Amino acid sequence: MKHLLSTSDLSRADAIRILDTAEQMAATQEREIRKLPTLRGKTVVNLFFEDSTRTRISFEAAAKRLSADVINFSAKGSSVSKGESLKDTALTLQAMGADAVVIRHWASGAAQRLAESNWMHGSVLNAGDGTHQHPTQALLDAYTMRKHLIGGNDGPGSVFDTPTGNDLTGLTIGLVGDVLHSRVARSNVALLHTLGAKVVLISPPTLVPVGIGEWPVDVVHGLDAALDAFDLDAIMMLRVQRERMSGGGNSFFPSPQEYTRLFGLDGDRMRRLPDHAIVMHPGPMNRGLEITAEAADSPRSVIVEQVSNGVAVRMASLYLLLAGEEDSQ
Amino acid sequence: MSSSATTHPANSAQGSVRAFVIENVSLLGEREAHLVVQDGEITSVRGADTPLSEHDTPQDAAHIDGSGLIALPGLVDLHTHLREPGREDAETIESGSMSAATGGFTAIHAMANTTPTADSAGVVEQVWSRGQEIGLVDVYPVGAVTVGLGGEQLSEMGAMAMSRARVRVFSDDGKCVHDPVVMRRALEYVKTFDGVVAQHSQDPRLTEGSQMHEGVVSAELGLTGWPAVAEESIIARDVLLARHVGSRLHVCHISTAGSVKIIRWAKEEGVDVTAEVMPHHLLLTHESVRGYDPRFKVNPPLRTQEDVDAVRAGLADGTIDIVATDHAPHPDEDKDCEWGAAAMGMIGLETALGIVQKTMVDTGLMTWGDVAYRMSHLPARIGRVEHTHGRALDQGQPANITLVDPAAAWTVDPTATASRSNNSPFGGIDLPGRAVATFLRGKPTYLDSRFEGVFA
Repeated sequence: MKHLLSTSDLSRADAIRILDTAEQMAATQEREIRKLPTLRGKTVVNLFFEDSTRTRISFEAAAKRLSADVINFSAKGSSVSKGESLKDTALTLQAMGADAVVIRHWASGAAQRLAESNWMHGSVLNAGDGTHQHPTQALLDAYTMRKHLIGGNDGPGSVFDTPTGNDLTGLTIGLVGDVLHSRVARSNVALLHTLGAKVVLISPPTLVPVGIGEWPVDVVHGLDAALDAFDLDAIMMLRVQRERMSGGGNSFFPSPQEYTRLFGLDGDRMRRLPDHAIVMHPGPMNRGLEITAEAADSPRSVIVEQVSNGVAVRMASLYLLLAGEEDSQ
Repeated sequence: MSSSATTHPANSAQGSVRAFVIENVSLLGEREAHLVVQDGEITSVRGADTPLSEHDTPQDAAHIDGSGLIALPGLVDLHTHLREPGREDAETIESGSMSAATGGFTAIHAMANTTPTADSAGVVEQVWSRGQEIGLVDVYPVGAVTVGLGGEQLSEMGAMAMSRARVRVFSDDGKCVHDPVVMRRALEYVKTFDGVVAQHSQDPRLTEGSQMHEGVVSAELGLTGWPAVAEESIIARDVLLARHVGSRLHVCHISTAGSVKIIRWAKEEGVDVTAEVMPHHLLLTHESVRGYDPRFKVNPPLRTQEDVDAVRAGLADGTIDIVATDHAPHPDEDKDCEWGAAAMGMIGLETALGIVQKTMVDTGLMTWGDVAYRMSHLPARIGRVEHTHGRALDQGQPANITLVDPAAAWTVDPTATASRSNNSPFGGIDLPGRAVATFLRGKPTYLDSRFEGVFA
């Protein structure tokens, strides 16, 4: 694996390999000395064209625990004021000898462009490109689902003895919210499908992309209807941006209150889920909008655990991109 | 974009135009003939089985072997962006003229979205004069409908029409005249001088931030969609307006199956409407966007295969009147970047003919006579330049001639172009044929290397 750009590029075997590697990485994090020498001498650049403290810190922690040198490069720029071009930035990083670039960019396709443009030769790891993909988020979500729902409980995942080596066959996953603008949703749909799970998108019609007809999903336009129709093993609440709920002529929904009424996860709705079901959120949460405190802080919530799993999955991804090939030779 | 060495004789120091004879050429792919050209006119047309008499042929005439070639009236493009004045880094009137001649064109219409905007007599006269000075193609400036393409105040179209540039086509191309009242007034106003409003049909509100066709691919790629309805709703409104006020409307770059249906309906209703399609919309689909290569970023965007099939059928049955290029040069830095930051548009003067052959002629949808009609005769008529361009290849007509080699298969190399920009999406694509010689009023403006020395 040279780059990690999109979950739709991952085969089932690729995805399971990353998840299994993440398990090993997580195990090392239980030790007294958590730092591994694996990527000593390698340089990982965190190239962030969009502010995202959480994702950047997660990648930084992952790279440092593998002993890589980490350079944080915060490039200011947006679709409005371009600032330094992606090309010039890439040439700079190439000159500095970056072995891997973790890129977060406002433009969909920016990571692929960086990987395929010949502007630089290192590995490219997509940390979120516009409204396209955020593959490590989907991988950490799948890791979290597998850990909780596959093997060793009474849910549909008990057909497997253990999470390790297995996919998500038998699970039904609900994604709730703004699918149209969500790279998390796109990444999850592709990966969950590859891993054999059934995906239910629960979203207002205004926030579902035109052209979704070919996606391997069920679409339901209301959370209550979805809870009636499906036994969800995991429910993932997507972050909703308030300005999309009340942007005058550009709004996708009449009001935040109405969104909460129709799509918000509160205690009552949470109790309608099967007993083993888990509650997820990629963060940062809008408490009171897409999820109430009762749901977010309940024992079913794995939201905080998703963050720590994120470090393990990113360690696995960096390891497989930068060291995996050498090992296999 | 021919990979072989090419020359633009009119651009070099050369004496008066020599008489010449094109022997054994196929007129419109229909019949073999000899064409004699003197003093900028076709002076004689003889069947190939009739030997040319000494009386027909001037003594010092150059001889061109036309066997295997097709003679068309010089091509006319109703939709070209030359970028001068203002963006001479992307294209100049000179480089654009060279590219046009290379593609087989003898006349092009230069769109108004320059800096300054071509919204006054001064700017259009400057563009016209510069085109004449270069002398490779007749450059007809298009005038802006509204001041600065702002969509609010009508520009002084009368002054442009009465200027030396005698503008007849008016367009805010790049932007839609979206205000229905402004569009109505423009349609009414251009009747004064038999003008036409060429509309860039794009509802601005439905396409805010749009990056590509809205559909299956945009959903997956996470790029903001440009829905077909944003084009179709404006076309529907405009044909109704044109009918209401009894005006002539030209619809630029039709890209959807729905647009074809609306135009077909409007023509049945007797609306005075014409429409154009671009070569890229005849050949490419939104599937090309999957690699996020900005060379495929264009406005209106590449659509679905069903749309491609519909515009081909519409062109074949005459619902769509003409092929125009929408040649839109952009410098490297505006394309060598991420998709969202890239400019929209692609060059196309040198590939248009080959793509039309590939998609329409070689597929049996059109004859070479149809090509002459839809790439020369009709665009000249819509642009009201039919006194000079798009004429039949008959005795006494201006010698605006394009020789096509329909068997000159070539692979497009975007860097081998006379244009200043190389933002072609067709790199690596095989085309079956191309123009090998272009004559403007009897003057060779482009000659393939095979004719080297013929006019020496």
